[in-house]
Amino acid sequence: MAFEGLADRLQNTIQKIKGKGKVTEQDVKEMTREVRLALLEADVNFKVVKDFIKKVKERAVGQEVMESLTPGQQVIKVVKEELTSLMGEDESKIAVADKPPTVIMMVGLQGAGKTTTTGKLANLLRKKYNRNPLLVAADVYRPAAVDQLETLGKQLDIPVHQEGTQANPVDIANRAMEKAKEEHLDYVIVDTAGRLHVDEDLMNELSQIKENVQPDETFLVVDSMTGQDAVNVAESFNDQLDISGVILTKLDGDTRGGAALSIKAVTEKPIKFAGMGEKLDELEVFHPERMASRILGMGDVLSLIEKAEENVDEKRAKELEQKMRSASFTFDDFLEQMGQVRNMDHWKT
Amino acid sequence: MSFFKKLKEKFQSNPSDENVSTKYKEGLQKTRKSFSERVNDLVARYRSVDEDFFEDLEEILIAADVGVSTVMDLIDELKMEVKRRNIKDTNEVKQVISEKLVEIYHGEEDEEVAELNLQEDDVTVVLFVGVNGVGKTTTIGKLAHQLQEDGKKVLLAAGDTFRAGAIEQLNEWGNRVGVDTIKHSEGSDPSAVIYDGIQAARSRKADVLLCDTAGRLQNKVNLMNELSKVKRVIEREVPNGPHEVLLVLDATTGQNALSQAKTFADATDVSGIALTKLDGTAKGGIVLAIRNELGIPVKYVGLGERVEDLQTFDPQAFVYGLFADMMDEE
Repeated sequence: MAFEGLADRLQNTIQKIKGKGKVTEQDVKEMTREVRLALLEADVNFKVVKDFIKKVKERAVGQEVMESLTPGQQVIKVVKEELTSLMGEDESKIAVADKPPTVIMMVGLQGAGKTTTTGKLANLLRKKYNRNPLLVAADVYRPAAVDQLETLGKQLDIPVHQEGTQANPVDIANRAMEKAKEEHLDYVIVDTAGRLHVDEDLMNELSQIKENVQPDETFLVVDSMTGQDAVNVAESFNDQLDISGVILTKLDGDTRGGAALSIKAVTEKPIKFAGMGEKLDELEVFHPERMASRILGMGDVLSLIEKAEENVDEKRAKELEQKMRSASFTFDDFLEQMGQVRNMDHWKT
Repeated sequence: MSFFKKLKEKFQSNPSDENVSTKYKEGLQKTRKSFSERVNDLVARYRSVDEDFFEDLEEILIAADVGVSTVMDLIDELKMEVKRRNIKDTNEVKQVISEKLVEIYHGEEDEEVAELNLQEDDVTVVLFVGVNGVGKTTTIGKLAHQLQEDGKKVLLAAGDTFRAGAIEQLNEWGNRVGVDTIKHSEGSDPSAVIYDGIQAARSRKADVLLCDTAGRLQNKVNLMNELSKVKRVIEREVPNGPHEVLLVLDATTGQNALSQAKTFADATDVSGIALTKLDGTAKGGIVLAIRNELGIPVKYVGLGERVEDLQTFDPQAFVYGLFADMMDEE
């Protein structure tokens, strides 16, 4: 039942083709099938997987893999590269408005972790960027959501604007903006109520808040354990609110987190931060490359890729040998060979 | 009689059953729409039952979060069944698909609708466990209301002493529903709160004690140990207790729900599942995998935000909800 990493999954196929001199298209097909299963088990949306596999297949059937001495490892390498490029670059910057305050709006489904993340983000802004944020309790629906934000504000010693649960969230947000300007607070973080992406009334409420406060950032907060439905959620929120980024929560769990890939693929918006624990300082910059490894099943994959890279050098060595034999060995080749020798660990003792 | 007709008759002949099935039908509207639309579309596209047909079906099931290995098993069984019955028409496969789904949901024999293991002569203790943000406190609030409507005296124990505002949230539910909440201050020992809850339930002659706990990710060993300790305190104070340990699962969760079910079951002997947030577009198919691989039954489903939207789980009604459009066509 436990998740098998991609490396485990590919082991059989790798064993089978090890002795073969040539890799067939059928072998590649078998390998991409394993890649597909690994991604699906990691909760990457099946449509995203389909497109992805198509890309991998094109590269794999090409010379890159077929010519390699270690086609199994090469497939993993191609997968990792494609996955990393799909996940995008590190983009953890937060916008700064020309005229303060900078406004951040937090949106998402129920239970994703918006309120906790609001507290964490405020803490990060103050500690790392030396800013003075104001927290806004615009979740008037969930019982005690206002109390929760108040408590977080007290713990962090960061001001909270709240008007209880009887006021309209749009008005609350508007008055919070005035307060921030009066008190010269440079960031306003609006914590909104969790809602279903198919709840028209509540989604319209978000649009209204957005129109009123004109946020510089609209963060979609998503539970990293989300399954196939992540695409529907991300698409709906993005269509209606044109989000500026994503924050992934509960990534300190043992989920593979394929949702990250799905969300990135359908919204093309960067994932900026990741919640890595229950404490208020455990919000971290999101690293796309690490996420790619995690989705594939971590550790083993990296070591396999290293092996693949070593073997690429082996191929180069054969070429050099050929050159020696044919007397076309140049000083450049000699320099390269010395470089490779220096790279070997056991020579360093 | 065909399988669809049997289901349809069951729900249309009995008015109270019909009531239940209407709730499912409404609650699962979004879920059903995309799922059965896709199955119908699949059936329309393919004339014959071939490999491509099964591959597409595989995708539909995976999109419902049923999980890769369960889907593979299911597809294998379907292929065998199709061969055995010599089915050539894709329309006929539709029926086999839902038959198999129901079969996984409630095993070999017809089971009764899942009910709480209520005690006659002692307080019934129900422990709620799960990861963060799945809806434990909300589910307790809704269940408290329902039990009270049934004439039970209910008491709540605020065992989530960790998350900011969690005690207030449960207390607020208690106020709304009109039941008392036993609480300590934030940061106190959850076992002590539950202990006090049991004593209070006894002295106030409550029928049911609903125990909230803090959400925790299942890979946090010390937090899982804390939960085992809470359970041991209940075992010591109440013979045969806790009478139910309900794992609350978010229907939007993917394959990690399996890992949640397994680890929480190891730590606390989970007796049933409450599947929340089924009123979105998530299909909750992971329930199939959990039932199939771990044998843990679903007892409650959350079909909406209203108090009465928490329903006891009925596998047939659930599948009826998923396939209602298709059945009405027959």
